Amino acid sequence: MGIAEFASDGRVVMGDRPGAVVVAAVSGFLLLDLVAKLAGTTVFFLGTKLLGGSLTVGSLLSMVVDGLLVGLAVGLAGIGLSMTYSILDFANFAHGDTVTAGAFLGWVAAYITAGLGTGAPISELFMLNSGRQLSTVSTFFPVLLGLVVAGVGSVAVVLLVDRLTYRPMRNTDNISLLIASIGVALALRYLIAFIFGTQTSGVASGGLRVTLFSMISVTDNEITLLVVSVLLMLGVHLLLQRTKLGKAMRAMADNEDLARVTGIPTERVIRLTWILGGGLAGIGGYLLVLESGTISFNFGWILLLLIFAAVIVGGIGSIYGAMAGGILIGLVDSLALIWLPSGLTRASAFLVLIVVLLLRPSGIFGGVSTA
Amino acid sequence: MSAVDTVRNRLDALPDVGLVVAFIASIWAVMLVLAIAVGGANWANLAAGFIGSVTVLIGGYAILALALNLQWGYTGLFNIGIAGFMAVGAYTTAVLTAPTDPAAGAVPGLGLPLWVGLIGGMAMAAIIGGLAALPALRLKADYLAIVTVAFSEIIRLIVNWDGLAEVSLLGVPIGTGGATGISFKSANQVASTFINGVGQPLVAAMEGVGVSGPNLANLTYGILLLLVVAASYWVLARITNSPFGRVLKAIREDETVTQSLGKDTRLFKIKTFMIGCALMGLAGVLFRGQAGYISPQQFRPTITFYVFAALIIGGSGSNTGSIIGAATFSGLLFYLPARLGENVSLGGTRAPGNIIDAVAGLGSLDPLPLLAYTISNVSTLRFVLIGVVLIYIIQNQPDGLLGHRNEPATSVSLDRPQSGSGGEADE
Amino acid sequence: MSEPEATARQETAVTSDAIDSPLLVVDGLRKEFGGVVAVDGATFSVAEGSLTGLIGPNGAGKSTTFNCITGIHEPTGGRVTFDGQSITGLPPYTLANRGLVRTFQIARELSEMTVLENVMLAPGGQVGESVIRSVTPGLRGDVIEAETAVRDRAWETLEFFEIDHLAHENAGNLSGGQRKLLEMARVLMTDPEMILLDEPLAGVNPTLEEKLLERIHELRREQGLTFLLVEHDMDVIMNNCEHIIVMHQGSVLAEGDAETIKSDERVLEAYLGGDV
Ligand SMILES: Nc1ncnc2c1ncn2[C@@H]1O[C@H](COP(=O)(O)OP(=O)(O)OP(=O)(O)O)[C@@H](O)[C@H]1O
Ligand SMILES: [Mg+2]
Repeated sequence: MGIAEFASDGRVVMGDRPGAVVVAAVSGFLLLDLVAKLAGTTVFFLGTKLLGGSLTVGSLLSMVVDGLLVGLAVGLAGIGLSMTYSILDFANFAHGDTVTAGAFLGWVAAYITAGLGTGAPISELFMLNSGRQLSTVSTFFPVLLGLVVAGVGSVAVVLLVDRLTYRPMRNTDNISLLIASIGVALALRYLIAFIFGTQTSGVASGGLRVTLFSMISVTDNEITLLVVSVLLMLGVHLLLQRTKLGKAMRAMADNEDLARVTGIPTERVIRLTWILGGGLAGIGGYLLVLESGTISFNFGWILLLLIFAAVIVGGIGSIYGAMAGGILIGLVDSLALIWLPSGLTRASAFLVLIVVLLLRPSGIFGGVSTA
Repeated sequence: MSAVDTVRNRLDALPDVGLVVAFIASIWAVMLVLAIAVGGANWANLAAGFIGSVTVLIGGYAILALALNLQWGYTGLFNIGIAGFMAVGAYTTAVLTAPTDPAAGAVPGLGLPLWVGLIGGMAMAAIIGGLAALPALRLKADYLAIVTVAFSEIIRLIVNWDGLAEVSLLGVPIGTGGATGISFKSANQVASTFINGVGQPLVAAMEGVGVSGPNLANLTYGILLLLVVAASYWVLARITNSPFGRVLKAIREDETVTQSLGKDTRLFKIKTFMIGCALMGLAGVLFRGQAGYISPQQFRPTITFYVFAALIIGGSGSNTGSIIGAATFSGLLFYLPARLGENVSLGGTRAPGNIIDAVAGLGSLDPLPLLAYTISNVSTLRFVLIGVVLIYIIQNQPDGLLGHRNEPATSVSLDRPQSGSGGEADE
Repeated sequence: MSEPEATARQETAVTSDAIDSPLLVVDGLRKEFGGVVAVDGATFSVAEGSLTGLIGPNGAGKSTTFNCITGIHEPTGGRVTFDGQSITGLPPYTLANRGLVRTFQIARELSEMTVLENVMLAPGGQVGESVIRSVTPGLRGDVIEAETAVRDRAWETLEFFEIDHLAHENAGNLSGGQRKLLEMARVLMTDPEMILLDEPLAGVNPTLEEKLLERIHELRREQGLTFLLVEHDMDVIMNNCEHIIVMHQGSVLAEGDAETIKSDERVLEAYLGGDV
């Protein structure tokens, strides 16, 4: 091998490999540490604690369940972000506020139907502050209705936003679109604040608690989140695999070249992208509130970076990637607690986002066709 | 011709310094009119308060917009981690200058003088910016955006973490104060000492017309900030109107071509990023930490987007535009609506507590409750306005007020040299 | 140009090739894009001070070869030597600073900068490219001096290329041909040793074309510059290049002087679209 080739190879190695090696080493260490913790042993090296500690299988499992639940909702919300990113080619910073908008619409609907006939004044119900806590078992139909309204409502919101904001800008560059979406995010978020105020309202709490395998304890609301998001993901899967429009969308989202060859995507595909993505975002937000119990005007905005993490880890444009990325990021966000103090777990999810963007911008499943 | 075009033509006719001064003066005039309209006998003090606050805002956002203009307007580096770099600067200054023997419950620092703290803060923001830039600057613009905003959130979470609230570094107790924040040497204090010392006659005279000491001190601080803006402008104008600035513009236009012409674009980008971050760090202290106190809450990503709004309004790519944009944003969109909402009342109609009660009035054809509700919530609605303005500008006037101007990147006059080079010019 | 003279020049070129090392050597260069092999083991060399033509049908891999030589693309395989040193995979700015520059087939003007700024950007090692020197009051004198010199040269260059009346225009407003001229003006301002020109004459009017070719010959004569020229106009190639390289499907099909190339059957076939 000549000097020249060596030099050029050297650049490649320096550019790509050390990152991967470091990531592998860190993951290996964390895994080892986890095993040690579960075994309840501590390893000392030169007098300082190297790894280990203690952790029960039960608390590990409950962290996994927590992460999985948040991850499913984030993944659901991420599908829309991923699709608009690849089909319309911009990072939509208003997506988090779409999540909020859908959640508010859904919860107002659920709250009002549940509260009708209880004598609570309508303004109190509308403002979500009658103090009532809904749950799937105690108020099944209102919760179900809210779910539908969240989906339909957020579709209406995104279609209106698209009509007013993005449609006049179809041919502009992706940074202008990104900036426009920042404007949309501000407008939407504070419109919600104008209507519903800036307080945090408690609207839901589990009505029933079941223990699975005598170790994991979950509420009915959490089971609802699990079932609904799995069903919806399955539905999306069928839509993409079985229908013609779904196939066209998948092709456009997965394959940038194809999108480029076929030119600007048709308005029909764009509209479907918004409908599907917006609807799932609203439902994802609704379910998250069902699980966490509280709602406030900026919870989607705060969630946005986590959704971005899910989408990027899963590979931009890949719908299945968004789902998997959501679960992965949810797990990272929750399991980080094993190694990090609670104030820093969210930071670890963002760190994963940065590392993936730097080392594998096509996502960790990137390059593999997701069809 | 749209309203923006009219404003733009007016602005074009003025030289830059006159332009900025006239612009800020007219915002002051607006504040004065408002104070006279609502202040009654107390108008002078109210005016000083309004003008002081708006000047501090203009100063803060102008420094930030100038820094962002260097990074994004000139070089195309889409940094939306501004809040994070502000936090790095502010926290470094805070830790360096907080008293070694703080009040009970507060965090101790190193007790150094403020100027050491400011230099330290800028240096640290530049270093952290450079470290972040090293791997990130090869990314596409929108990826860089996501990396920087994630980075800024990580910084905020770290300073918010109680593990660093109070630690011992080589035996010296220091810390960030965690979620409660940290108190340190206040830049505001410097202004107030100054005005109450040298400016004592002025203070006395102003008190004579009813302007309170604190309001005058705040106004002094605002004017001090404007001096910092002027200094930043001077430095940035020299940076951008030079061969260095020319390379930055070229990177924004086409990085590959710039490399093909022999420029190591990575170095230029890293330097630019560091200079911009240093300035953001400075604004972090002088603006967010003006009163000598900071907490993680003050460095949420929303402030980053306000800076973007300011720069886009003024015109990305223009230093003068950055200041005009900052003044427009903070004076007219951010500050004015909130003061209007506080001071405008609708006779006897009291604002309903929620929107349902407000809308209910419409049923009996009474729009006043809704109007009153809207006015009392105008400080929320102004953000809707900012969002809408941002969308409008991007759709219709992407160059903002001054971004269409070509500020040539050179340090000399670009006119054709007179010393007859052939004399075949055919104009 | 009379027959014997041309032969003589060809012979000196060949002998100098044999004795000295040539300025640019491309050896087994290979570039793949996914499944597409754009350059497939191209091997050729360019003698110092020569005007060498590089021709071939559309898609032959000429522009990709340029991109691999100048560091825009990292080659998949093979090596490139410039001035006796390996430059394989080096970044474009390093090459430009060593004197190897190129123009782009589709002109890449810096559109939101003025024509004059475009040209003034190019010279290497400008003192004002240091922040410290540009900002610090005492040090700015040097910058201004250098800047004045660059400006004067830029105006001269623009005058030569007959685009001086557009000096203060944004480059994005230029016509296609004017952009080509701007590209040429820009690379000349870098004080290069060797210039790779990718179809520099496409869209340039015939009078100016003559003038450009004249200038190229003049630069060779007076400053010893070396040119590698991609051009589809066969007359230009045949009348001006003493050495011609023909590429086809990513590799070198034939090499030699105009007469050799004209009489080469395979070249004819390649251009007629047949398989070789
Ligand atoms: N970035 C790229 N990605 C994929 N394929 C490419 C890329 N660049 C070039 N190619 C392919 O490589 C082949 C050679 O292209 P190249 O541009 O080098 O041809 P050329 O000889 O310059 O043609 P022309 O005379 O038309 O300019 C073509 O088949 C082209 O499609
Ligand atoms: Mg070509």
